[in-house]
Amino acid sequence: MTTEVVDMITVVIDGFEVSVPKGTLVIRAAEKLGIQIPRFCDHPLLDPVGACRQCLVDIEINGRPFPKPQASCTIPVEPGMIVKTQLTSPVAQKAQEGIMDFLLVNHPLDCPVCDKGGECPLQNQAMSTGRGESRFEGKKRLFDKPINISSQVLLDRERCVLCARCTRFSEQIAADPFITLNERGALQQVGIYQNQPFESYFSGNTVQICPVGALTGASYRFQARPFDLVSTPSACEHCASGCALRTDIRRGKTLRRLAGDDPEVNEEWNCDKGRWAFKYVTALDRITNPLVRDSSGELREASWPEAIAAASLGLKGKRVGVLVGGRTTVEDAYGYSKFARVTLNTNDIDFRSRVSSDEERDFIASHVVGTSTTYRDLDRADHVLLVGFEPEEESPIVFLRIMKHVRKRALKVSAIATKLSRGNEKLQAIFIAVAPGSEAEAIAKIELTAKSVILVGERACESAGTLSAVVALAGRTNAKIGWIPRRAGEPGAIATGAIGNLLPGGRPVSDPAARVDVATAWGVDSLPTSAGKNSDQIFASAKTGELDALVVGGVDPLDGALASEALLALDRAFVVSFEIRPSAVTSRADVVFPVASVTEKSGSFMNWEGRSRLFESAVEGSLQRSDVRILSMLADAIGKPITLNTVKSAAKEFATLSKWDGARASFTASNSKNISVTSDEAILTSWRRLLDDGSLQEGEVNLAGTARKSVVVISPKRASALGVVDGDNVKVSNTQGSIILPVLVENIHDDAVWLPRKSRGAHLLETLGSASGTLVKVGKA
Amino acid sequence: MTKLTPVLSAHWDEKDSFTIEGYKRHGGYTAAAKALKMEPDAIIQLVKDSGLRGRGGAGFPTGMKWGFIPQGDNKDHYLVVNADESEPGTCKDMPLLLANPHVLIEGIIIGSYAIRAKYAFIYIRGEVTHVVRRVQQAIEDAYKAGHLGKNIFGSGVDLELVLHVGAGAYICGEETALLDSLEGFRGQPRLRPPFPAIAGLYARPTVVNNVESIASVPSIINNGAEWFQAMGTEKSKGMTLYSLSGHVANPGQFEAPLGITLRELLELAGGIRKGHQLKFWTPGGSSTPLFTAEHLDTPLDYEGVSAAGSMLGTKALQIFDETTCIVRAVLRWTEFYKHESCGKCTPCREGTWWLVQILKDLESGKGTEADLDKLLDLCSNIMGRSFCALADGAASPIVSSLKYFRSEYMEHLHNGGCPLDPQASTLFEKAGV
Repeated sequence: MTTEVVDMITVVIDGFEVSVPKGTLVIRAAEKLGIQIPRFCDHPLLDPVGACRQCLVDIEINGRPFPKPQASCTIPVEPGMIVKTQLTSPVAQKAQEGIMDFLLVNHPLDCPVCDKGGECPLQNQAMSTGRGESRFEGKKRLFDKPINISSQVLLDRERCVLCARCTRFSEQIAADPFITLNERGALQQVGIYQNQPFESYFSGNTVQICPVGALTGASYRFQARPFDLVSTPSACEHCASGCALRTDIRRGKTLRRLAGDDPEVNEEWNCDKGRWAFKYVTALDRITNPLVRDSSGELREASWPEAIAAASLGLKGKRVGVLVGGRTTVEDAYGYSKFARVTLNTNDIDFRSRVSSDEERDFIASHVVGTSTTYRDLDRADHVLLVGFEPEEESPIVFLRIMKHVRKRALKVSAIATKLSRGNEKLQAIFIAVAPGSEAEAIAKIELTAKSVILVGERACESAGTLSAVVALAGRTNAKIGWIPRRAGEPGAIATGAIGNLLPGGRPVSDPAARVDVATAWGVDSLPTSAGKNSDQIFASAKTGELDALVVGGVDPLDGALASEALLALDRAFVVSFEIRPSAVTSRADVVFPVASVTEKSGSFMNWEGRSRLFESAVEGSLQRSDVRILSMLADAIGKPITLNTVKSAAKEFATLSKWDGARASFTASNSKNISVTSDEAILTSWRRLLDDGSLQEGEVNLAGTARKSVVVISPKRASALGVVDGDNVKVSNTQGSIILPVLVENIHDDAVWLPRKSRGAHLLETLGSASGTLVKVGKA
Repeated sequence: MTKLTPVLSAHWDEKDSFTIEGYKRHGGYTAAAKALKMEPDAIIQLVKDSGLRGRGGAGFPTGMKWGFIPQGDNKDHYLVVNADESEPGTCKDMPLLLANPHVLIEGIIIGSYAIRAKYAFIYIRGEVTHVVRRVQQAIEDAYKAGHLGKNIFGSGVDLELVLHVGAGAYICGEETALLDSLEGFRGQPRLRPPFPAIAGLYARPTVVNNVESIASVPSIINNGAEWFQAMGTEKSKGMTLYSLSGHVANPGQFEAPLGITLRELLELAGGIRKGHQLKFWTPGGSSTPLFTAEHLDTPLDYEGVSAAGSMLGTKALQIFDETTCIVRAVLRWTEFYKHESCGKCTPCREGTWWLVQILKDLESGKGTEADLDKLLDLCSNIMGRSFCALADGAASPIVSSLKYFRSEYMEHLHNGGCPLDPQASTLFEKAGV
């Protein structure tokens, strides 16, 4: 660890001395003393602008007073500075009251119907700093209201105090400068461009930082009064970035979610999916009672004892595979892991309900387990290399963190990808275009240092040899590897051993000492010794009858590489499903257990850094039906208990297991396979977009309205060969099916064709049976 | 003996004063040729020694501003001329550019060479199409003559000059708003520091000078610092253009040494219009606190005007006689500032909105004496609280008018409206002329 030396400066504020790092703004230094200077435009994470003038204070430096009050949000501390805020300077106090007078001139008195009323910085500071009644007797400025600046954000211009927080956020943090101030004087207003709506993945943050009710979320507008809400700190269940959130509930129903404040992780931001995609929780089709398939073959509601008995009967003594899914909490994943080993006596468990490979499983055991790469490493990196990873689409807060350093210190970013994305354009990444399958060659040519970070996405496993090349690169340069899967549950599932080659704490199944460790802790004689099947193999074995039964967590069988085979397997095997809503699994299951959604239970996620993201149940009086509790009951019924009756006991037991300190699993490199292409063919490549047809986004139409349009992306060379221009329809097909979408000619490898993986009109795995690395025909539609 | 010292305006009465030939007939471009043979630092020193101060209003020493540009920094430097003359009453740069655009171009050549700028810009007010055309023609002629472009005057020095036409915003006369506008953004003042000398146009070291300041430089090069210092007062050196407008017999531009008084200028301008008396006047445009007849002998230099409670500003002397309603005049100015407030900061944006409404009520006789105190209080909450000086300028005429003419405001309230006949103050009113 190196210690960063910081110059400290001591200043006096209202008679109190305070020492703060050089460069600290006066308003922040005052906060350190607990002195709250009123403010609107100031935001600690945005560049100072000094526009609202609410934070005026009196300042003198070495005995020389400024002739007039200064905006404390724009002035850094200096040695010998004496600051007098509204608490000790009548001039500052009058200045602040004067500004507040002005701010209220054109602000409507519609607090009783405004969403912000009750949690409004203007309301609060008008109380603390303003006069009880306005002296303004004239006419207020009026605007038509509200304006939809996107399908999810509404603007009431007459409420706006023109602090420019939203426009600065969009420009400085999200790098989506789609809103701007226009006009002038009191008619100045926030506006959007004629041809470019406010379609930013981060637009919800503008609603949150708006100090008045000018920007509101379409889904929350007029839904609640802030004082009727019960707020619970929570963690985001969508991706592995690991955002702290706040969940607001009224009468048991989630009404909104806000970004939480975690300087180490998401700072004060989150993405629109994390903010607005929670309607699935309150969907009308939630499964609330256990279901059992009766003799007539119909699923019907059953009592818990009946369902437990039915599941026990179908699993006891059978050959069972366990498919965990990528969305479980650490505690639930631990439950599945222990249930598989102790109750079912198998290592046939995998959390990867997506395209995966054994190269990846080895990579996880040897290079993800035991590695701690963090956001802090990105803060210090000299170069970030992105491999099979689109941060803006697949881990938006990682994107924001990289963006921050690109803007502040021109951090070098390189992207090895098949197509140049808008996110990577914003990062000013050096784009190294590759054909799907030839990533490894490009990686071999990269130069990095020990201060560099290689961020690898889950899609890296889709091209054989890519992860091997990453391992070689890291070995050659000492760069750090950060593996970032899309789903929030995956890092936790790895840590708890919900995968066939690892036991909890990153212990290799193949290591006898590791097995003894865990067996002792669990109080069992032994654990299964050989590495288990991966998810594809589990489905394949269930299809052939090599496995009798499946225990399935939150898995969409159509997200895997073998979609059609998975459905056949589910049809054939005895299936016990843990689900919140009807799915392709529940419709084929023999027993369905209703489980809690993330707002209805406590637990924790582990983000890509391995950092624990604890959360409590946000819904009062929920039944806390976390998967692990049901698994524990089921294990009891089978007669091989796992004794994890509560989430807390699971967390406690997992913590006592600690991390493996023995040798890591070894990694065997794989070779890459180049794919050759003929002229009318292309190699398929794709990724999931942040906003798409994912099941957790269902029911939120306003959010869906800002999803990027589905397109087929081809290179200019292919476009001219096909004779198509932007917007023409093209057909992408193989023997399984075809997709027709408008074409977009962009910077993509000439051999490749890109489509969104699961967006409207483009469900690749379902339609084409493949999402990447296979040949498809591309032609004019 | 006349007090006039025509330098910039010496040949305005010649038919071809605006042409390159007309300019050269009187020694035009000899200063530039001379300057290009000097050391750049020597030019900066000469301008410092002359005592030339910014003619755009603030009066900052021009040579010192040039000296702030870091040298040897391997960055492009820029000279930007502020020709966005928009202050109500101010009318000196536009006539100068109309009558003698080449003197500005020559000044730009010298200034750019001094600060080592290879690019210079003139940001000109967009509404004055006739002036824009004339300056554009002058630039073309200067290029043709080899005074701009590559290897000017055969000196090995390159200089490109770009004329940029503003889109009609008073705020763009503020130097940082001007730079934003020049870069293609909306014109709003920037947060300082960094100052333009460090990070100005395109974040490069930049000098922003007023037209008249730069146009004064060739004469200093040719005649020397001592010649310039011989004019003016102790701390306000040289000649300058005073523009008289309003109720004077012969309005126009009068070039005289700094420190001349209104009484002297009125003599030159034929006095107040016949049959009337001076009521109030602005020394430096509408944003400077008003003066009255008691200030007729105030020396019109930076210090003299300041000591009397106002600012020299742009030396735009708007003269109003006794037919003018003070409330009405102040309301018109306030409406201007409300219209021109850029909207960035609260006190200016909301304050001017509010002030106009109160003044309108007062003009029509609505309100009470308490409204006058409210007006003053609002002004005190605006002045020195806003982001830039625009709002200070908006509050100045209100505060000073209440200082000298509170009783006239009260008369409006007692009278239930304006006691004066607005038509009597118009210039087309024949009675008394």
